[in-house]
Amino acid sequence: MALQNITSPHAHGPLTTAKVMRRLLLATLPGVVALTWFFGPGTLVNIAWSCLLALGCEALVMTLRRRPVGFYLKDCSALVTATLLAIAMPPYSPWWLILVGVASSIVVAKHLYGGLGYNPFNPAMVGYVVLLISFPVEMTRWAAPLGGGATVTPGLLQALQACFNPATFDALTMATPLDLFKQHGDLTVTELWLQYPHFGRWSGVGWEWANLGFLAGGLWLLYLRIFTWHAPLAMLAALALMSALFYQGGNPGGAGSPWFHLLGGATMFGAFFIVTDPVTSAVSTTGRLIYGALIGVLIFVIRVWGNYPDAVAFAVLIMNFAAPFIDNYTQPTVYGHKRDGGSKP
Amino acid sequence: MRKIRDFHGGVHPPENKAQSLHGPIRPAGIPPQLIIPLSQSYGSGAVALVEPGQHVAKGEQIARAEGLSGVPEHAPSSGRVAAIEERSIAHPSGLPATCIVLDTDGRDEWIAHHGAEDFRQLEPAALLDLIRNAGISGMGGAGFPAAVKLSVNPANRIETLIINGTECEPYITADQALMRECSVEIIGGAEILAHLLGAKETLIGVEDNKPKGIAALRRAAQGSAIEIVSFPAKYPSGGEKQLIEMLTGKQVPSNGLPADIQVVCQNTSTTLAVYRAVHQGEPLLSRVTTVTGEAVTRPGNYEILNGTPIDWLLQQVGFRQEHCSRLIMGGPMMGFTVTNVAAPITKTSTCLLASTETELPSPPPAQPCIRCGFCSEACPVKLLPQQLYWFARGKEYEKLEDHHLFDCIECGACSYVCPSNIPLVQYYRAGKAQILELRDEHERAERSRVRFEARQERIEKIALARQEKRAQRKAAAEQRAREAGGDGSEQDLIQAAIARSRARRKEQTR
Repeated sequence: MALQNITSPHAHGPLTTAKVMRRLLLATLPGVVALTWFFGPGTLVNIAWSCLLALGCEALVMTLRRRPVGFYLKDCSALVTATLLAIAMPPYSPWWLILVGVASSIVVAKHLYGGLGYNPFNPAMVGYVVLLISFPVEMTRWAAPLGGGATVTPGLLQALQACFNPATFDALTMATPLDLFKQHGDLTVTELWLQYPHFGRWSGVGWEWANLGFLAGGLWLLYLRIFTWHAPLAMLAALALMSALFYQGGNPGGAGSPWFHLLGGATMFGAFFIVTDPVTSAVSTTGRLIYGALIGVLIFVIRVWGNYPDAVAFAVLIMNFAAPFIDNYTQPTVYGHKRDGGSKP
Repeated sequence: MRKIRDFHGGVHPPENKAQSLHGPIRPAGIPPQLIIPLSQSYGSGAVALVEPGQHVAKGEQIARAEGLSGVPEHAPSSGRVAAIEERSIAHPSGLPATCIVLDTDGRDEWIAHHGAEDFRQLEPAALLDLIRNAGISGMGGAGFPAAVKLSVNPANRIETLIINGTECEPYITADQALMRECSVEIIGGAEILAHLLGAKETLIGVEDNKPKGIAALRRAAQGSAIEIVSFPAKYPSGGEKQLIEMLTGKQVPSNGLPADIQVVCQNTSTTLAVYRAVHQGEPLLSRVTTVTGEAVTRPGNYEILNGTPIDWLLQQVGFRQEHCSRLIMGGPMMGFTVTNVAAPITKTSTCLLASTETELPSPPPAQPCIRCGFCSEACPVKLLPQQLYWFARGKEYEKLEDHHLFDCIECGACSYVCPSNIPLVQYYRAGKAQILELRDEHERAERSRVRFEARQERIEKIALARQEKRAQRKAAAEQRAREAGGDGSEQDLIQAAIARSRARRKEQTR
């Protein structure tokens, strides 16, 4: 056998990019189960259809770019983007809506910028924002949760029907708690809770459990050291701090309790699955603290004073812009250098 | 108990040390031919003192050190010098080097030698000479001449001498085996070094995965002031900078030396070589090297003569050539591959790893970097390897330097954890080389610019001087013409010149 001539290191650790991506997919499971329990199988159909489309888009672009299709499909990054987008979209979305979202994510946000690792913006969030701006009606129509407006959730067949033959599907939909909260500024929090049964314990029936599910998945990923705690914790802490500052004791015009914000909307999903996207975030630990905290602040600002009920996608995209800038100022102090960056005499 | 500080990052690759620790250290024997490269160390190398055909005894000096940072060479066994010529050596560059080729006679006859009676009576300078003349270079892998490292600027009073017995690279067990079998001599060597440096404290740092080595050293160190410090195994704790940080809490300044913070480090094998040089008067002729990997049937630690050809050595340990995919000099994290098995083992060869394809699989094609940050979590120097990778690919040299590329110790922890299989260290090495080349080019351009400007100035000066002379001459001629009664016009000048030349001719013909 001819002896290989390779530079060091010769040993390699067990982790691969595909494994990282698969663990990420697995970690969405508790949250997806909670969503499915409360809102029916709409999310599952979203995910299945979105993944199929994403693989198709990825293969198409790779063929056009004359790259080995199989090699790039195997890294599972398209599946992660598709799954995250599908989770963010309302359950029972029509097929074309998902198609537009996936195409924006994979073709525009990912590959037009150079493909995996080169995209400055989080692809799933680009897809989501394109849809939210272009199809606001479809994107804000959430199914009523089980025990919070609905007594049964649609079955799998109905869910498929909703996706592929949307004209014939009619389900009970209602505004999300974040939406309601925004539109009822003249009621105190207690009154609001009494009036709407689906506010649940803290932040809406179903929503709080979905958030706890994504929190659990995120903690598992933290345990596996897929990402560090800095960005998600900074985001949650900033959001909690902002909502505590502006809570005003639940009076009208107040902004909802920290619990409401932490376990409502896409908070936990955003903290552990979107903010942690390494490609589009800041790199150093200090950088990630700043990046996460500013996203937390922006989420609160847009939720409370902006035009959209939820804000994770906008906040993340805005901070994606800032990531290279943050990187520039947050280099860690390298061994043998003083804190000011200069080397010791 | 000494407080052990942790250093940033680090990895835990499979140790694979048990394979080579089964038996005691065995002598590899005397090969029929020894190939001794004249540039084994970091420094300026050596100059041959022998002629082809000459007979040499074991331990006889065959090459003298060139310059201050060179290391002399000695005949590892008795025999006849066959040639002094270019031979292929085990070096990352793959370039050949001038070697003394020695045909051994198998008699292994020593030259007369004796050790110092009491090293404590010797001046540091005399001890340093002993070490320098014994041809000892750092045996941990880099091969920095020991005497150079030990000649510390007197302004830096050495506080701490650290003997590096960490051996954090997977597979390598040579130092561990030496600790088990030669602990007394290692402690003795440490005492010599401590005396030489006037160190206030002497520490021997060992990873806690070598309990037998630690126990042996502790037994041998009883009654001395030497402290054996063990700490949890983590690669690269054996990196000099990392070890110093762990044991003293101090960081070696960037671009600086350990001596700048009053610390000197020496490797265990080097310490042992110092002991033998001082107490027995033996120059460094052999070393213990770990020969291991799935492609050898008798892995273990072997006492190998300096210059032993790798192919001969592999025959002795049951090499299964058909299974070997990679032959690595050093460990799997920082070692380099050897493709020519005729190359010799040298003073810096810690390990020879003959691995199979299943043991160390060929690297799969690299995937895109997703900036996951595993590399920056693993970097012991706290660099941002993912950023360096982008800058290296984009040839953004200023950014590379700004992100401290030159502080990279090339330990390979980043590549080890990279899920996308990117050969990061390779990019950094290339980046460093390119920057150095650019600096060199810049320097040369600067030099020739200065030269050019100086020349330009010179030419102008000469031209100016000529002009001035001409003007002076003209003025003088006019003066003469006027004195001759003319009005100083062009005509008069010509007439005057003709008259002068006539007068001269007359003078000559007379």
